[in-house]
Amino acid sequence: MSSSLLWAVDVYGRVHTLSTAGQCWELCKDAHLEFKRLTSVQQCCWGIAGDHQVYLYVRCSDVPIRCQEETYENQRWNPVDRFCEKLLPSDRWQWSDVTGLKHQTLDSFRLPSEHWEWEADWYVDESIDGEPTEKGGWTYAIDFPATYTKDKKWNSCVRRRRWIRYRRYKSRDTWAKIPSQDVGPLPDPFNDISAGCWEITDEPRGRLSLWAVSLQGKVWCREGIHHHNPEGSVWTEVTTPGEVVQISCGPSDLLWAVLWEGQLLVREGISRENPKGSSWVVVDSPSTEVGAIHVAVGTNVVWAVTKDRKVWFRRGVNSHNPCGTGWIGMVGEMVMVNVGLNDQVRDFRKSRGIIPLKAMKVSFELSGKTWKAIVVARDENRSHSETANSLVSAGCFFSGEVRVQSQSSCMNDTESSSETERSQAAQSTSPMHADAMKRRIPKVTSDSFISELVSDKERKPGRDGRDDQEEGAPQEQDQESVPQETSIKLLSQSSSQLGARDSQWSNVDLEEAQTPLAAAASDTTETSSLSSVATYNLEEQYGVDEHPLWAWVCGGGCAVDSHTHLNWFNASTGVSSSVQSMSLSITPAQTAAWRKQIFEQLSERSKRELENFRHYEQAIEQSVWVKKGIMQWWRDWKPNKWIDVQFALEQFSGSDCNRDGILFIYYTFNDEKKYLHAFINEITILVPVLNDTKHTFAVYTPERTKQRWPIRLAAATEQEMHDWLALLNLSCCDSRGIHGPPSKQAIWSTTCKGDIYVCEPAPNLEAVPYPLPCDQMFWRQIGGHLRLVESNSLGIVWGIGYDHTAWVYTGGYGGGFSQGLASSTDNIHTQTDVKSVYIYENQRWNPVTGYSSRGLPTDRYMWSDVSGLQECTKASTKPPSPQWTWVSDWCIDYNISGGTDMEGWQYAADFPVTYHGYKTMKDFVRRRRWARKCKITTTGPWLEIPPIALWDLTILPCSSQSSMEEISLWGISNKGDVLCRIGVTRQSPAGTSWLHIGTDQPFKSISIGGGYQVWAISRNGSTFYRGSVSAENPAGDCWYHIPAPPRQKLKQVSVGRTSVYVVDENGNLWYRQGLTPSYPQGSSWEHISNNVRKVCVGPLDQVWIIADKVQGSHSLSCGTVCHRVGVQPMEPKGHSWDYGIGGGWEHITIRGNSQEAPRIVMPVPAESTLEKSGRVAEEGGGDGGRTASISSVLSVKEEELNGNAEYSCMQIMGGTVPASLSLICCLRLAKNGQTVENDFKEFNIFVRQVFIYCLKFKLLPFYFQYIVKYSLVSYGAYIPL
Amino acid sequence: MADDKDVLRDVWFGRIPTSFTLYQDEITEREADPYYLLLPRVSYLTLVTDKVKKHFQKVMKQEDMGEMWLEYEGTSLKWHYPIGLLFDLHASNTALPWNITVHFQNFPEKDLLHCTSNYVIEAHFMSCIKEADVLKHKGQVINEMQKKDHKQLWMGLQNDKFDQFWAINRKLMEYSVEEGGFRYIPFRIYQTTSDRPFIQKLFRPVTAEGQTHTLGDLLKEMFPAAVTSDDGEKKYQVVIHGIEPMLETPLQWLSEHLSYPDNFLHISVIPMPTD
Repeated sequence: MSSSLLWAVDVYGRVHTLSTAGQCWELCKDAHLEFKRLTSVQQCCWGIAGDHQVYLYVRCSDVPIRCQEETYENQRWNPVDRFCEKLLPSDRWQWSDVTGLKHQTLDSFRLPSEHWEWEADWYVDESIDGEPTEKGGWTYAIDFPATYTKDKKWNSCVRRRRWIRYRRYKSRDTWAKIPSQDVGPLPDPFNDISAGCWEITDEPRGRLSLWAVSLQGKVWCREGIHHHNPEGSVWTEVTTPGEVVQISCGPSDLLWAVLWEGQLLVREGISRENPKGSSWVVVDSPSTEVGAIHVAVGTNVVWAVTKDRKVWFRRGVNSHNPCGTGWIGMVGEMVMVNVGLNDQVRDFRKSRGIIPLKAMKVSFELSGKTWKAIVVARDENRSHSETANSLVSAGCFFSGEVRVQSQSSCMNDTESSSETERSQAAQSTSPMHADAMKRRIPKVTSDSFISELVSDKERKPGRDGRDDQEEGAPQEQDQESVPQETSIKLLSQSSSQLGARDSQWSNVDLEEAQTPLAAAASDTTETSSLSSVATYNLEEQYGVDEHPLWAWVCGGGCAVDSHTHLNWFNASTGVSSSVQSMSLSITPAQTAAWRKQIFEQLSERSKRELENFRHYEQAIEQSVWVKKGIMQWWRDWKPNKWIDVQFALEQFSGSDCNRDGILFIYYTFNDEKKYLHAFINEITILVPVLNDTKHTFAVYTPERTKQRWPIRLAAATEQEMHDWLALLNLSCCDSRGIHGPPSKQAIWSTTCKGDIYVCEPAPNLEAVPYPLPCDQMFWRQIGGHLRLVESNSLGIVWGIGYDHTAWVYTGGYGGGFSQGLASSTDNIHTQTDVKSVYIYENQRWNPVTGYSSRGLPTDRYMWSDVSGLQECTKASTKPPSPQWTWVSDWCIDYNISGGTDMEGWQYAADFPVTYHGYKTMKDFVRRRRWARKCKITTTGPWLEIPPIALWDLTILPCSSQSSMEEISLWGISNKGDVLCRIGVTRQSPAGTSWLHIGTDQPFKSISIGGGYQVWAISRNGSTFYRGSVSAENPAGDCWYHIPAPPRQKLKQVSVGRTSVYVVDENGNLWYRQGLTPSYPQGSSWEHISNNVRKVCVGPLDQVWIIADKVQGSHSLSCGTVCHRVGVQPMEPKGHSWDYGIGGGWEHITIRGNSQEAPRIVMPVPAESTLEKSGRVAEEGGGDGGRTASISSVLSVKEEELNGNAEYSCMQIMGGTVPASLSLICCLRLAKNGQTVENDFKEFNIFVRQVFIYCLKFKLLPFYFQYIVKYSLVSYGAYIPL
Repeated sequence: MADDKDVLRDVWFGRIPTSFTLYQDEITEREADPYYLLLPRVSYLTLVTDKVKKHFQKVMKQEDMGEMWLEYEGTSLKWHYPIGLLFDLHASNTALPWNITVHFQNFPEKDLLHCTSNYVIEAHFMSCIKEADVLKHKGQVINEMQKKDHKQLWMGLQNDKFDQFWAINRKLMEYSVEEGGFRYIPFRIYQTTSDRPFIQKLFRPVTAEGQTHTLGDLLKEMFPAAVTSDDGEKKYQVVIHGIEPMLETPLQWLSEHLSYPDNFLHISVIPMPTD
């Protein structure tokens, strides 16, 4: 989860934000505005300023908010003018919308407000459904309301084309005034504002409801707010049965308001289709004598405060029953409640025990105020009660200013306790601008606010007298982004065992303290100090700081998780941790002098004490060590079942300290004791297979990989499994001498479970003709949870999680289950991921009851998985493994292919057929999909790159010796925007910011090749090539459309050094033919293989895929890593597949492996010359500007070329460069029977020939280098330079 | 940048080249050659000197051989101190190999404990670990371990199996981030110049204000002379595992990385060599 903000207003009306990643308050720009109220969601914040206007603050993101305007130009054919603007009177407008009903000329479009700007001028959209059309984008039809086609036919009487123009929201990171309304009733000034309801749809962040209360007690709702229209369109009044003072809107469908009379109003009928709801229901105040003054709403929770400061929790509130059933009084007295975020609604009950509380302390002189962070855990042991206690006391003490900021999400007990302790220990003062303002007079809120709080009772009727400067009672702010619940009150409530102490504190005489205060405050200016209050020794306890008073805080957009480390609470370590949070591989501790000295001294010591004494005998003889255990083993033969086995690992160390070992599995068969064994140094991978019933893992060896039948073992407990895995992993790594972090050349892969594996490529992995067999590759696990990983050979590694969060690799290793020795200490961070679990509700129609859950006996389960074979009810479906916890409730998923009706149903004639989103006469069955989110929290060497969620990414492949400074990295956001990362270097692999690259349609896959060839695939399945991308022009200039193979929608693309491969949605792998430097788009697609899920082409043009349906000797596997064998420069397509680890693999990237297979070195005499020629070639190739070296090569006499078979060959082959070159190389190879010397002379000539050839055909230097290198390689003579 | 894990390996695999010479007054049948061994710094003398005993057995009569004990320049070497500590305390700054004299007679009852078998060493070792864990975690970690885990710790040390030992020992080195370290640091400060065997007191890794305590802080409190002296000249060396960490080194880090297998940080404070 990316960092989010806590918003606050100080008494001067200035707005400050506190990031969850940061630790000091930052002042918002627009200092001239003074604010009274804020309500924030993750991406924006709404506020009411001192001028009673509503302002919107949209947080800047790298992806602009852009909105497409379109209009159609319509023409009709007539014999005289041909196609022209003259239309028949019955026709549509010449310029119209898509339906033709609305007249809209180009200049009729106006920007919706001053906060928008046009991105460019109008232009014609030349593509229809992603397919380019010629002739200016016209589509033709017989008459207007008809189907349009690309081609003009004899009967095409009309035509139209689409003009588009983009506008862009420009007022980001600034307060933008919402224009006052010119139509409809104008609302009187607003008093309270609350944003919410973003959870009731699946739409991306941005869609929300904004509710406001005016001074006259009317309720208004802002309509039309969504991502492309952050400002919304219009205020609509929602009539209420009484005058409202305060309103609170939850993240989903809860909306509560407080009436002046003290009752509460609940909005019913809020739903996806009807965000404004349908009716109000009045709920009585919790206590009969005193009315409510305040309400706070979360996802499934409502808190209220009555005028006597009691806090109440509403029981039984949920979407079906927004009113709840009854009030429960809570311990303690508070003045206001704030509900923060909690992503997990369901866990609320559990998690609410833990509340990081942010109490603001206001002493009643202007001077003192301190932030104190407190976490309260409800069911914790006694140590926490102190915290709670202090919190309560703080709250009572300041009364007016306690605010809760809270959060928490899936936390279990241990986490909670640790968090509690942590924050308990820490305490911080808010560092900030204090001085400047401290003597100023509070004017906007604080005083009135406080007085209001205090003067509750007597003031009932007097509200009208207040001017708007006083805010209404509402002190509530609601959250926004993620649903989470908290409240101030909570704190007290949370500690039931605190009862006694609470009351002790609640006895502090609030009334007395405050009343005079109120009086003083309302008088104005520097409130006289309330000495009685100030003398509480709490003051010292918290320290006194001089900072402005806070008047308002909104944690709505602020998402804090149980594991999020908040620097807010930690003043002393502040600096170092903030540094640490962004620096990737080097922490201050690592660079400390003391650390360096220890390392140096230790190595000196070892040298001193060992160097001259190696011949001494070791005191301890090495011996065999056996570790045993009991496990279950999935029997190799039928009937397959789990049987109990004894499991033993015998380790022994050789003389060279290399450890090795054997794994034994002892089982009984027909009363006979037998065993199975595997050598540790033959194990290629250990894969944990967690599910909710067994803690299993799979052990592969090359043989087992061929069989597609690993040794499957189950441990009794998860802990035991992790212990074994950690030990086995360590043994395997030891036996192969693998320590420390993966190299830059490493191959990364992920499984469909999100596990991440890395493999050190052997030098002969890409050898021709005998590469290392794929099934012998050794994979080790790296902590974390990712959907895909991309890397390059400079050590830049990025990943994307299932929740589309982008992560950058920190250079560590281990994490996850591998702790201790198998893990680095630094660079391991907490990582979370969220994914959805889906189940299907199936129904069949019958004449009596219509659709019902009564199916035919032959039908699938009425609640099932997608296949229908497995019964999955809401109650029985568990998170994928114990590592996962639910973070939401089941809700209907409308985003399913085929579409759904309003209730999420899809219809079909019978079950196993295709579904559509509307009902027809023939549909007898229907289904709908339910989704529930679950979350994993783990650790790994990854740091988050906020804030943009990514769909795909690619990193420029290059050679590991490359000296390039800034590395190209492209991504696709999950909205489909194309992004280019700025500032990615070896030192700073995270880069700095995104550059948005405009497209006319959303994209889904992207890949950049070694020569900056950027290929991408749009969501509708067609391919685009980005022109003119280079190191100097990293964003390129325009997109060129490239038609997909006939009748195929493409899914994924990968570009290596020169090769381009794509995969389509039917699993076909295609190779792009005819790519040349002058025509990089190539000419046609050639089919290579089917059953391909993903492809990765590397910096050597090596091709690896994830394949489905790979047959092993025991079983079939899907998701198998495969390597294309026989790929050579002149044979980029290779000839066959070699099968590696699988199944269940999801992604592989070999783009870090640029090591070429080692070659035999030429005999010594030849070497120097060879090297020289090679160098010349390299120089010339590497830098086209070095004319000197080129000209020297060029001085070869022309006649040398003549009569040369190869030269004629080039001439014959003419334009198709690769073909002719590969022919040449074949010729050269065929001659390779002669002596080396002879051959070598010839070779020199050959190099020059190729050079000239390249110049002649204006080939890129890059190509020359490539050809020469591989020609040398073919000669077995290449020496890496 | 080397990882902190490498320190653990370096510490574990520290070896002291040692030459064992039979005491001149021991009765032998023929001249005994010295015996040379690489002693693991983290182990105990009696655990690793079986070979020495066997070597000298060859030249001695069974009846002349009492319990073997070792001495260095007149100091009886306590077997229940880790070898590295003994070396740092008594023999650092001397030429290698370390010349130890082997005795089979006249066991110095008042200086040394008897060590009749490896069980005695094991018991001593385990009690140290437990004591250390009581300081670090109120003993919770060690008490929650199973018997086999305890055994694995001991076997790891006895057989010089780094992985075997650390697979368990890492649990003893864990602490919650919130606390900033162990409850107390298990340490012992040794000096040759005092009769007191060692200094051991309660000392927390962080101050009440959350500041990290360093090695310097510890010494200032326990042994101020080691840090400062009147004339500003450095009079003492502070040695752990044969190295002199800087006084700025955080104590928690030291405890995690430079503790001996018994989980104690054994710190030797020795006078500066005069030359």
